[in-house]
Amino acid sequence: VPELMSLDFVLIVVAAWLLIGACGLLVLRRTTFVARCLFPLGALIGVMLAVNGLIACFGTPEVAILPLGMPGLPFHLRLDGLSSYFLFVLGVVSTGVSLFSAGYFRKGEGTPPGLLCLQYHVCLASMALLLVADDAYVFMVAWETMTLSATLLVTANHRVPEVRRAGYLYLLISHIGALALLLCFGLLQANTGDYTFANMRLQHLDHFWASTAFFLALAGFGAKAGLLPLHIWLPEAHPAAPSPISALLSAFVLKTGVYGILRVTFDLLDLQIWWWGGFTLALGLATALFGVVLCAVQTDMKRLLAYSSIENIGLIFVGIGLAILFRAYGMASLAALALTAALYHVASHGAFKSLLFLGTGTVLHATGERNLGRLGGLMRFMPWTGWAALVGMLAAAGLPPFGGFVSEWLLLQSFLFTPGLPNSFLNMLIPIVAAVIALVGALAGYVMVKFFGIIFLGQPRERKLYDAHDAGLWERAGFAWLVSACLFLGLFPVQMISMLGPVTQVLVGEGISKTVARNGWFLLAPVAPERAGYTPALFMLVLLVFCLLAYLLVRFWYHGKVRRAVPWACGYPFPNARMQDTAEGFGQPIREIFGPFFRMTRELPSPFDVAPRYKVTVEDPFWGLVYRPIAALSERIARVVGLLQHGRIAIYLLYSFLTLLVLLLVVN
Amino acid sequence: MMTFFGIFSQFLEILVALVAAPLLTGWVTQCRAWMQNKRAPSLWQPYRTLHKLFHKESVLVEHATPLFRTAPYIVFGCMTLASGIVPTLSTQLPLSPTADAIALVGLLALARVFISLAAMDIGTAFGTMGARREMLVGFLAEPALLMVLFCSSLITKSTLLTSIVDNLMHRELAIYPSLAFAGVAFTMVSLAENARIPVDNPTTHLELTMIHEALTLEYSGRHLALLEWAASLKLFAYSCIGIALFLPWGIAEANHPFALLGALFFLALKLTIGGAALALIETCSAKMRIFRVPEFLMTAFLLAVIGMLVHFLLGA
Repeated sequence: VPELMSLDFVLIVVAAWLLIGACGLLVLRRTTFVARCLFPLGALIGVMLAVNGLIACFGTPEVAILPLGMPGLPFHLRLDGLSSYFLFVLGVVSTGVSLFSAGYFRKGEGTPPGLLCLQYHVCLASMALLLVADDAYVFMVAWETMTLSATLLVTANHRVPEVRRAGYLYLLISHIGALALLLCFGLLQANTGDYTFANMRLQHLDHFWASTAFFLALAGFGAKAGLLPLHIWLPEAHPAAPSPISALLSAFVLKTGVYGILRVTFDLLDLQIWWWGGFTLALGLATALFGVVLCAVQTDMKRLLAYSSIENIGLIFVGIGLAILFRAYGMASLAALALTAALYHVASHGAFKSLLFLGTGTVLHATGERNLGRLGGLMRFMPWTGWAALVGMLAAAGLPPFGGFVSEWLLLQSFLFTPGLPNSFLNMLIPIVAAVIALVGALAGYVMVKFFGIIFLGQPRERKLYDAHDAGLWERAGFAWLVSACLFLGLFPVQMISMLGPVTQVLVGEGISKTVARNGWFLLAPVAPERAGYTPALFMLVLLVFCLLAYLLVRFWYHGKVRRAVPWACGYPFPNARMQDTAEGFGQPIREIFGPFFRMTRELPSPFDVAPRYKVTVEDPFWGLVYRPIAALSERIARVVGLLQHGRIAIYLLYSFLTLLVLLLVVN
Repeated sequence: MMTFFGIFSQFLEILVALVAAPLLTGWVTQCRAWMQNKRAPSLWQPYRTLHKLFHKESVLVEHATPLFRTAPYIVFGCMTLASGIVPTLSTQLPLSPTADAIALVGLLALARVFISLAAMDIGTAFGTMGARREMLVGFLAEPALLMVLFCSSLITKSTLLTSIVDNLMHRELAIYPSLAFAGVAFTMVSLAENARIPVDNPTTHLELTMIHEALTLEYSGRHLALLEWAASLKLFAYSCIGIALFLPWGIAEANHPFALLGALFFLALKLTIGGAALALIETCSAKMRIFRVPEFLMTAFLLAVIGMLVHFLLGA
């Protein structure tokens, strides 16, 4: 009996997910069966995938060829450290989302539940296949399957025109990206006609073609990940999709772009040039800052989270850019540090962002509102959701001892140890980049306080919020799973990094896991313990001990008496919910400070207005800068081309005849 | 590392911080009163206030969530931990590898986020306004503080506060240009973070410009006492960060009781002078409009970044 390898196991998972999806098709409209049986089963398979990924991280690369696809073009598959790590993250995230979905989908929301189940599991399976693809065909087949199934999932409420538009935009940008990827793979095979990744690894492209391939990959994968200026679909698609789908999109679909760029840059291309790193770094930084600033002025809770995802993707690309830079200068251990930070952020962002999106899902079900201006005070009515979102929010704000902080810490560490780059100009830029990262991190805190405070704290801004119901059992299970993922990532970075060591070993030839493991199980010291150290578990423990001691001592020496009363509010007797800050109000300082980042239109009331109205709309400037001009241009071209169309067959035949003549002339 | 004296000096340090923090606040108030030709309250006034507040019952708003009740303890715990991490008396601290300079900034941010959330919990106009302003000050002050710490990290090639202090102490007395920039930036950040003039006025209530007071408006009794104590601990911790980065001489390196005693003496001396200097700054400057605060903090941030650039340019 041949031994079952990890790669076989991945294929079993893919097959199992497809099977579950097919089962969904059989029971198209039986919501209860789909929700209570199929989604939990998918979650179970997710756990298995995570465990498998965990084990495979430490194993050797495995290869397989499947006799599928077109004749003469079998599927080449390969499972190495990078794939295993992303499979692990996929498994963990999908488990949380599937558990939540079991309680989330109800009757009568657009796509029937069985079909949704099929689309969801096809999306998961295609992502798993994508991660083990070892030739361009499988990769593109999986990539397109993922895009199409994700589009269908985004447009689950397809009766709403806005949702259809969002889905169309997502599809459009994804296909522009896919086009770039096709060209990129075309370059990488270097005229050999062999599209396997194994062949691409052997090719040596010169500077020009390697750079072209790199930028095509950056455009293609950046469109999926949400890099500037191709981020435009994120804030449209995320609010349109049902919340578990937004969670999956943000937590993992975006990360396939990260996976792709890592695969192409560090694995398939044998050349790394420093200014690629510089460009990626600058682009990532611009994306991060732009994302977080726009995030601060949003009034729709899911759109806010979408911009926050853009910010986090930017941070991940900063890490990747830095790794390319270090790698190009032959500083492998620093490259490993920067890459570890980026990969760590892939996992922590996956955990906390899916948690937050799932939280918005429960809020949406309970209140029917996405607008922050009509929410508030939900912590009282939905404590489960509130506390789960609090953990997610603290992690997203990059606060210790949660997951987001560890990756930010590692990223800043890799900047601090930079002095020594042979390029003095870059050395000068490094502190500025570090400063912007610190600013982005601090702004993320601002944004998350806004998000959490406006939704869950304060007084309900609408009457109907008093009837909000909390998350159901399945939804709570999803929360619990992701909360524990956030806590694990925050408290046990050494264990997590020991898993990342083999991955960076594959990509940049060095890993920091051995250095880290030397200092025991809790102290995170990526370089040397006397240069930098952070012990999150002890941090948490000591903090809790201090809090508890304070509580007990106050009780012991004084008393625990409490009186309940109405708010004091500086003595004002008639406070109401409308007097709280609105989402617009909370974003006002950011609007003032970062004015040039937005396209703002203000309508101010005149003193003589009977019903004065104050209105401010903030728009993503890229619509006006890039997309509308392109749309106008293509419409104009279409109009010119339209002149040729008359709808009469004789004229079309004439066109064919003329073309034929011209061709014959040219050929002769 | 985990010697008896190490643990002893760690405990001593936290204890000194807890006990001396209100005293420092009292001292600053007293100095300021003297400089402004007013009659000063007693040096022990902060302790009396704390004692009084702890005795009173706590009035909680009817719809307050558990977050509101736990926040004071969390903020207090954060500040206690912060004062345990910053080397004030000794550089042989067992808690030192728990959190380095970056994690210390994160810790302060954690406290800020919790106090802001608690202020938003009640849902009054003042609470949310205070939270917004606190976060506004925070998002500019936090990166500035981080850059200040980075300046010294770059010189000493370490982010651990104990290593930074150890290293800086053993350098010959010279003015580092980068640290000079960082010092100015740090002073500005500390003024903003500790709710001092020109950013906030610690002595007024019920003004439309208040920040710190707006956050604690709905608190009373023991919760308010903890928050006030945490605020003075924060001032103490910031002063000690300043001492550790810019005037580290006198902090004990050896685990010896006399060394610790000497360090205690030097600490008291520096804090006395530092408190008086703070009072002087507060007396000499006028409170800014809240809209000017971002400009003030942006200046601090840029100064700190310039400090880092200077380090790369001059290598010092």
